[in-house]
Amino acid sequence: MAGYILQRLGQALAVIFVMSLLVFAGVYAIGDPMAIMIPPEATQADAARLAASLGLDQPLWRQYLVFLQQAASGNLGVSFAFQVPAVTLILERLPATLELAVAATLIALVFGIPLGLLAGLKPRSFVGRAIMAGSILGFSLPTFWVGLLFIMVFSVQLGWLPASGRGATVELLGIPLSFLTLEGLQHMLMPALNLALFKLALVTRLTRAGAREALSLDYVRFARAKGLTEARVIGVHVLRNILIPVVTVVGLEFGSLVAFAVVTETIFAWPGMGKLLIDSINALDRPVIVAYLCVTVLVFVLINLAVDLAYAVLDPRVRLGAQ
Amino acid sequence: MIPLKIRWFACAAALAANTVLAADLRIGMAADITSMDPHAVNITPNNNIGWHVFDALVHVDADARIAPGLAQSWRAVDDTTWEFRLRRNLRFHDGSPVTAEDVLFSLERAEKLPNGQYASFVQRLTEKRAPDPYTLRFKTATPYAMVPYDLNSIFIVSKKAASNASPEDFNSGKAMIGTGPFRFTRFARGDRVELAKNPAYWGGAPVWDRVTFRIIPNDPARIAALLAGDVDAIEAIPTPDLARIRGDKRFRLAQKVSWRTIFFHADQYRDASPFVSDRAGKPLPKNPLRDVNVRLAISKSINRQAIVERVMEKAAIPASNLVSPPVFGHVASIKPEAYDPEGAKQLLARAGYPDGFALTLHAPNNRYVNDDQIAQAVAQMLSRVGIATRVETMPINVYLPKARNGDFSFAMLGWGSFSGDLALRALLAAPDAGKGYGAWNWSRYANAALDKMLDQGFATVDEKKREAMAREAAAVALKDQAVVPLHHQIAIWAMKANINYVARTDEYTFAHHMK
Repeated sequence: MAGYILQRLGQALAVIFVMSLLVFAGVYAIGDPMAIMIPPEATQADAARLAASLGLDQPLWRQYLVFLQQAASGNLGVSFAFQVPAVTLILERLPATLELAVAATLIALVFGIPLGLLAGLKPRSFVGRAIMAGSILGFSLPTFWVGLLFIMVFSVQLGWLPASGRGATVELLGIPLSFLTLEGLQHMLMPALNLALFKLALVTRLTRAGAREALSLDYVRFARAKGLTEARVIGVHVLRNILIPVVTVVGLEFGSLVAFAVVTETIFAWPGMGKLLIDSINALDRPVIVAYLCVTVLVFVLINLAVDLAYAVLDPRVRLGAQ
Repeated sequence: MIPLKIRWFACAAALAANTVLAADLRIGMAADITSMDPHAVNITPNNNIGWHVFDALVHVDADARIAPGLAQSWRAVDDTTWEFRLRRNLRFHDGSPVTAEDVLFSLERAEKLPNGQYASFVQRLTEKRAPDPYTLRFKTATPYAMVPYDLNSIFIVSKKAASNASPEDFNSGKAMIGTGPFRFTRFARGDRVELAKNPAYWGGAPVWDRVTFRIIPNDPARIAALLAGDVDAIEAIPTPDLARIRGDKRFRLAQKVSWRTIFFHADQYRDASPFVSDRAGKPLPKNPLRDVNVRLAISKSINRQAIVERVMEKAAIPASNLVSPPVFGHVASIKPEAYDPEGAKQLLARAGYPDGFALTLHAPNNRYVNDDQIAQAVAQMLSRVGIATRVETMPINVYLPKARNGDFSFAMLGWGSFSGDLALRALLAAPDAGKGYGAWNWSRYANAALDKMLDQGFATVDEKKREAMAREAAAVALKDQAVVPLHHQIAIWAMKANINYVARTDEYTFAHHMK
């Protein structure tokens, strides 16, 4: 098991190395960050001085070598725009995004699995059809539009919920969190729901498809023949089998929620990581872009690892690391 | 003159509001605030916070004219010596007195801070001394009139609090000790800045006990925050929402002609410009944009009034100058070029292009108000007089590096400056790294007469004389059609109907000017 985990982390390092090379070249191809950074009043001498102090006057390969050297000692660079270490920026935004992503995933699972089961058990009923129709909306409506609609209805028209921002946070073990206060929850509800909508539809459909398939299989008939209660058949035997694809997809999607919640974060002015990435790309803030993607790759690897471990728990036939 | 009775009533009401209710103000800001360190990153949103917590020796008033700040007066002792006299009894937020030592320390810090972007405002001072605690004497190598202007950009920090302070010490609040109308409370990066009233402010205590600047760069989200009552005021109203706010009795608008001018640069240095050709796409024997008649034809073919009314929804005024009407050095006698497509065609014919030519207009699409739509409109107008114009727009992070690199032939730029000669220095003086001239002169317009006038102007410490010279220099450049001015933006704030704001030409959003 330990070997398996080490192997996965080794792969992650290789991916991060290749990715940093690509990002370096990519940002360089967009343009010189100096052009964005220098203030209007700056003279040529100011620009040259700033470029020199940031190392931007060096050829790209040397800038990359400097980056690698610093990265080896755990320093991923200092943000051009904020003038603080890029990792600090990312870590201070991480809780906000994680919190939102966890809330969205919980909403998707808590509502999606029962709805999917219901639609799977009674596919031809009105409720089953209504759930499927609703899930199509969840799939197809653009996130930004739904977000703005939420704001217009619940904040501007009804005045029930705050339109944007994170509200007050409470520190738990030094991590600022919103969900512990009523104000924080109010701020979180709309963005979390907005972010959850697509996943909710996804989980519903996956669960429904899984349930329909499982219900026609022998083990379900056998369980029923054995005289088990319907609740036990569905709640234990069916559910456990259909959870494997759901866990896989939700795991992968959780990574993308964390990494690319940018639309929701922008619309609700939620101070998370996605917004940081877009702002950094707009400012050609290369250290932040590189550090952000390094962190993202790590998050993806860790999530996939967690998914693999979850398989082993859900399905005893899966043996990790064994050939 | 306000009747005495009403004034009494207003005072009483203000007092009551101050004593009974804790007055909170929440403002939605359009751009991210990246650092609290007043000497680190020189961008408007950071300076906006700086002006609340700190102060500079020299202020700028609502019309973008310089005014006394921490220095109550200044004068040029001789051509290369300046004397600034500090106000008496100034105190920092921690109660310690403000002395010339703090000023010297701040200048030093701005000049030396690693990666600091304010050094250029100090570098021309070759000698800085404090003969007594309330007097500062600065020397410059050559006569230099812009010392008070430069010092407007240097915030004065407390030597005691900011010695050896890093930008992070300012972000955390440890070193955020200033003399401004508000004390620093909290900075949550990417989210908000919280401030509290400084009751001892030398310019009069502000009416708000607490002020929160919320960072909401997304336009619909910012408008929604105002409509939903999450914030009390917002800056930078998108033009499509103007009509809606105007028609809503709960809100009011404050507006003023901004210092930001939108104009076009035309390549004036290459014989073969990369995006100019004949109408069939073949290269032209020479670059038509170098001909003043062609540039004048372009100017005449643009219907500025139509752009201001249709594209900008009247949130702009047609421009004839590089700086807008309230700003130092604006030449009122030069009027915006009248829309004259026939005249433009004649000029083109006279210049040897009776059939016109082809051009690509480059513009950013996320920088200036409605920039991509303006580019489309201008391209259609140019096409109508025979200059077949294609439009290419791109995000500012792609656009600026290319523009700076000289990759375009005809390109849009927006510029805000609090004096006409400073704008000329950056945009139209012949590039000269030694003098710091023409750092943004992408068209490489070069006119020795203009450069000489600027040299003389910057060496003239008498403001009246200097303004006359700045106007003269501007007239020279404009006569050459060195740039094609389009319009001056109007800066617009929206707020609850019970709040008043003294709108500012420099686009700053000041809580202490909201009442």
